[in-house]
Amino acid sequence: MSSATLDRPQPQAAPDAAPPMVELRGVSRRFEKKLDFAGKLARRLGAPVREEVVHAVDGVDLAIRRGEVVGLVGESGCGKSTLGRMVAGILPPTAGTILRDGRDVATLPPAEAREIKLRTQMIFQDPYASLNPRMRVADIVGEAPLVHGIVARSEFDAYVDEQLRRAGLDPAFKRRYPHQFSGGQRQRIGIARALAVKPDFLVCDEAVAALDVSIQAQILNLFMALRRELDLTYLFISHDLGVVEHLSDRVVIMYLGRVLEEAPAEEVFRRPNHPYTQSLLASVPRIEARKRAFSVVQGEIPSPLNPPSGCHFHPRCPHAMERCKAERPRLREIAPGHRSACHLNDAAAGTA
Amino acid sequence: MSDLALDRAAAVPSVAQERVETPFRRFVAEFAESKLALLGLGVFVVIALTAIFAPWLAPQNPYDLGQLDIMDGRMEPGTVGGAGFTFWLGTDDQGRDMLSGIMYGLRISLSVGAGSALIACFIGASLGLLAAYAGGRTDSLIMRLVDLQLSFPAILAALMILAFLGKGILNVVIALVLVEWAYYARTVRGTALVERRREYIEAAHCLALPTRRILFRHLLPNCMPPLIVVATMQVARAIALEATLSFLGLGVPITEPSLGLLIANGYEYMLSGKYWISFYPGIALLITIVSINLVGDQLRDVLNPRLRK
Ligand SMILES: Nc1ncnc2c1ncn2[C@@H]1O[C@H](COP(=O)(O)OP(=O)(O)OP(=O)(O)O)[C@@H](O)[C@H]1O
Ligand code: SF4
Ligand SMILES: [Mg+2]
Repeated sequence: MSSATLDRPQPQAAPDAAPPMVELRGVSRRFEKKLDFAGKLARRLGAPVREEVVHAVDGVDLAIRRGEVVGLVGESGCGKSTLGRMVAGILPPTAGTILRDGRDVATLPPAEAREIKLRTQMIFQDPYASLNPRMRVADIVGEAPLVHGIVARSEFDAYVDEQLRRAGLDPAFKRRYPHQFSGGQRQRIGIARALAVKPDFLVCDEAVAALDVSIQAQILNLFMALRRELDLTYLFISHDLGVVEHLSDRVVIMYLGRVLEEAPAEEVFRRPNHPYTQSLLASVPRIEARKRAFSVVQGEIPSPLNPPSGCHFHPRCPHAMERCKAERPRLREIAPGHRSACHLNDAAAGTA
Repeated sequence: MSDLALDRAAAVPSVAQERVETPFRRFVAEFAESKLALLGLGVFVVIALTAIFAPWLAPQNPYDLGQLDIMDGRMEPGTVGGAGFTFWLGTDDQGRDMLSGIMYGLRISLSVGAGSALIACFIGASLGLLAAYAGGRTDSLIMRLVDLQLSFPAILAALMILAFLGKGILNVVIALVLVEWAYYARTVRGTALVERRREYIEAAHCLALPTRRILFRHLLPNCMPPLIVVATMQVARAIALEATLSFLGLGVPITEPSLGLLIANGYEYMLSGKYWISFYPGIALLITIVSINLVGDQLRDVLNPRLRK
């Protein structure tokens, strides 16, 4: 099937002067579970309880250029959704800055902040939970454009019809409620809702993970068609490397809140550098991979409450050295556009 | 390119002209599954209509002292009085037709009960929603108030408030609102805490909708089922509470007796065989409360997804 490559136009080479569409600088997000009264009392009495802190996202640097499709991959609980929410502006980071077109979104005046927020929209994983069950499809899709004055009340119907049609739905069904649709159709309603406020950037958080495989392909094709039609940029979050491989221009690998490797899609799949990426790829059941030994990443995912010291991956890494336990490896460029965070690269550079 | 157009079309379902199944229609069908609840609802509707149209239905205006004849006092049920009509449920010591008294009493009882429940619902639901949505200190403050309120027996709290405010219909309503809002606040907060984590609320944030809109258009409608159940039960509770207060002489004024006051008025004659003065208002109160509770029970079963088969 050649459509996989056909569906992936190369991103327009942006002039280097233009700032990236979205840029994260040292972005972190911690979740603290405060002790309740009983917990505080227990601690007073000497019990070994403490306030739990999860570093869901830990110092992530990332730049997304206009027109790109960036795939974000990682195991469950590694902080992909948290990162996606911060990028979409619905969860503030606890540290670091997020820049949109070169401007810090945290310091924008309210009116501009709202406009910027609308330009990034999110497609959610659960097509059941992501639509308000008490609203009709027309209101789900048309509410925000109406509230923000994107469409006048007199043009409301025509506007909603257009959004639905673009997402592949028959406008005749717009008076229905979400529970009357299938999963794939609901996801299309979610897409229509997002596109109705005219975004230029979509964060898709596991947007097809809950759907049947046959429906997945339809929705993915819709994403790519919309990309051409509307010049969209995507952050495509998934735990499925296969999906990401077909869509992305660039792939970012996350592990326990940190970015471990980042490279153009072909690079990642042809020359994975980081030991974690290598073992991830080995566990992807691909046609070529079937010939290779099927080695799932060994060991348990460590708890994000108690991440390992140094390189987070060291307890599971076949190449772990003493240094890995003590020192956090930096994300360094190892080839043009290819960055990886592993001490092995220092050793290789040193001996070369 | 052309296969994309096909892909889009593939999602369009084929049947266009079917009856739209709204959540409301499904709800009605499930409610009607219990005959007992339907009976309760029917009885309650009759009672409510009687109360509303009492001035046109009642043989006598029991509040108009000019229509009362002391000579008709304490007549047995079924006696024909001086004005020429039958006292089907007897009369009280002032010659007031008990049937008319009950019809008018229902008016007072129902409007005080429903009115206070409605106001308490509005206040409680707003505070509960705010607590769940704002979290932190706002949440703690509101919920401590709720705990305080709920840790106090309602009747005691109401008595204290009325002792402070004095008698009167408005004061009874105020007292009932003050002892009841906490139930609504707790119910709504519990549901809202769950609902607000759902993705459609995140989507609303992402669409930069104003907070007020998210609260009242998105969050509140999804907290309605348990709220409706609590509200129904609380109407019954408010009516019972008002009757108790009036029975104890702290509720509505003697010139406009509610059911509770009618019961109190006849109480002293119970032992002398003039049972009807207390008995029939008591029956009316009982039927009202039971019918509301029957409706409330079925609402709880239908609206609580966890009990769904
Ligand atoms: N609101 C929250 N409060 C507390 N902890 C949270 C919250 N949201 C996420 N976390 C924690 O942060 C970590 C990262 O969660 P996140 O949902 O971002 O992971 P994920 O990569 O999207 O996982 P999945 O693939 O399962 O969706 C998890 O350990 C999770 O428990
Ligand atoms: S830094 Fe060390 S532990 Fe981490 S991936 Fe590289 S070799 Fe393995
Ligand atoms: Mg997730």
